Amino acid sequence: MTTIVTDNCKGCRFTDCVTVCPVACFHYDDEMLYIDPDTCIDCSACIPECPVQAIYEGDDIPEDQEHWIDINAEKAPELPVCEEQMEPLPGAEERKAALGF
Amino acid sequence: MSDLGTSSKPLLVAIVGSGPSGFYAAEALLKSEISVKVDLFDRLPSPYGLVRSGVAPDHQKLKQAIKLYEKIADSPDFNLVANVNVGTDIDIDDLRASHHAVIIACGAETDRKLDIPGEDLTGSYTATEFVGWYNGHPDYRDRQFDLSHDVAVIIGQGNVAADVSRILSKTVDELKHTDIAQHALDVLAESKVKEIHVIGRRGPAQAKFTPKELREFGELGDCHPMIDEQELELNTASKTELEEKTNIGSKKIYDQFCEFAAMTADTNKTKRCYFRFLLSPIELLGNEKLETVVLEKNKLSGDAFKQSARGTGERLELETGILFRSIGYRGVPITGIPFRDDWGTIPNIEGRVTENDKLVPQLYTAGWIKRGPSGIIGTNRACSVETVECLLADISALDTGNKSGINNILSLLKDKNIRVVDYADWKKIDSEEIKQGEPKGKPREKITYRDQMLALID
Repeated sequence: MTTIVTDNCKGCRFTDCVTVCPVACFHYDDEMLYIDPDTCIDCSACIPECPVQAIYEGDDIPEDQEHWIDINAEKAPELPVCEEQMEPLPGAEERKAALGF
Repeated sequence: MSDLGTSSKPLLVAIVGSGPSGFYAAEALLKSEISVKVDLFDRLPSPYGLVRSGVAPDHQKLKQAIKLYEKIADSPDFNLVANVNVGTDIDIDDLRASHHAVIIACGAETDRKLDIPGEDLTGSYTATEFVGWYNGHPDYRDRQFDLSHDVAVIIGQGNVAADVSRILSKTVDELKHTDIAQHALDVLAESKVKEIHVIGRRGPAQAKFTPKELREFGELGDCHPMIDEQELELNTASKTELEEKTNIGSKKIYDQFCEFAAMTADTNKTKRCYFRFLLSPIELLGNEKLETVVLEKNKLSGDAFKQSARGTGERLELETGILFRSIGYRGVPITGIPFRDDWGTIPNIEGRVTENDKLVPQLYTAGWIKRGPSGIIGTNRACSVETVECLLADISALDTGNKSGINNILSLLKDKNIRVVDYADWKKIDSEEIKQGEPKGKPREKITYRDQMLALID
């Protein structure tokens, strides 16, 4: 069981999720956030916070997003921790609208 | 310009309550740019509040939040002052004299009542006391729960109701390698409960479980989830609610209910957990002991997302000897701190405590006692950060002369013969618990009496 950030975060990076993470397990690069599965406690507090529903937990991950399990696990440990909310990426609002949210 | 918060004059903050909101407030203070010293109080000899004594023992992964709290506690500017009851052992005014600011983060320690006849019959309990009991909370150590009945009823459909129902539904084998208190495991091993009814006043589209907690009921070793398909029929407003894209959590819960309803009951499983909707208890009947719950059928009315449940007058009865109410929590007032009795919270604006709409200097609040019992562990992080941001913005106003600091409080407590448990003391108790758990294959065996905890450190 693991909780992961998927496609929809790319180009948005709203970071609302970060404010409710009890263990600071979100990491970031220029495109999006990633969850470190070794730190995450699967509490799912972040899931309803995401304005573009990019976060899924364990049994709920759609098949076409399953590749993100490995990507989160590989990327997160090498990237800086995102502990506080950051400005969304430029164009995030447009992408959110395009995604239908 | 105030020099408060410089290394020669650090900001002294007392936090009352060492649960998640207390620790996240400590974290936010310790991470700030200024020089600060945090003294974190708890009335128990053990820290971590509901992560230790609320989160269910079979949810060990959630309890790993403690790893982060341990990191916070390792800061040289952090001090644990446990086994001290603020409001009785020391006054809030003592803390205002010793510290520049006080953050009250003591949670919502009691439950909401049903306010129906028969509520105090033997056999009618609060989820709070059952949860505290199986989690080894010293206040509930000696509670007795009669599990010799076939049928148990849980009123409420939130995560605490789910925890209570799941603990009653699980086998001893499913629980014995968790940190459930041994006294509870022994009683649960003898449980005769075969039918668990989880009752909500609103419909399946309004249940407050998290999807993940609900899903677990489909994966139990000896218990099958049961739902009457007819109870899953939705009115127009509820359909609208589930179609709303942002309400995906409720949609997932509803879909899970549908999945449960469609499953063929596994005849090899001996227990059944029934999820029932649109029912409110209106009376508990029995001769000293609970025998029957009288329920009234409800109907939803109002617009989508604003629907309320109203009684239809149609009644049904359910024979049961044990009932747990889990319909919400409320804070307990602390002497000297303003309190909103209607909400069970401390009146505040973004964490600044108010009295008659005026700000009370030096006093702040965070967590469930600030905003009411909503959200999960992490929700408290955002809540405590908001409070600390306000506190730090007030720093010039907080510079009100010399503060006597924690040493003054410690000597007051010593005079009263109160044994303060500091973080090093707690680590001793912690290692003993872990050691006692090892031979049983448990992450820890909790020490459930205060005097036994204190005996380990003297």
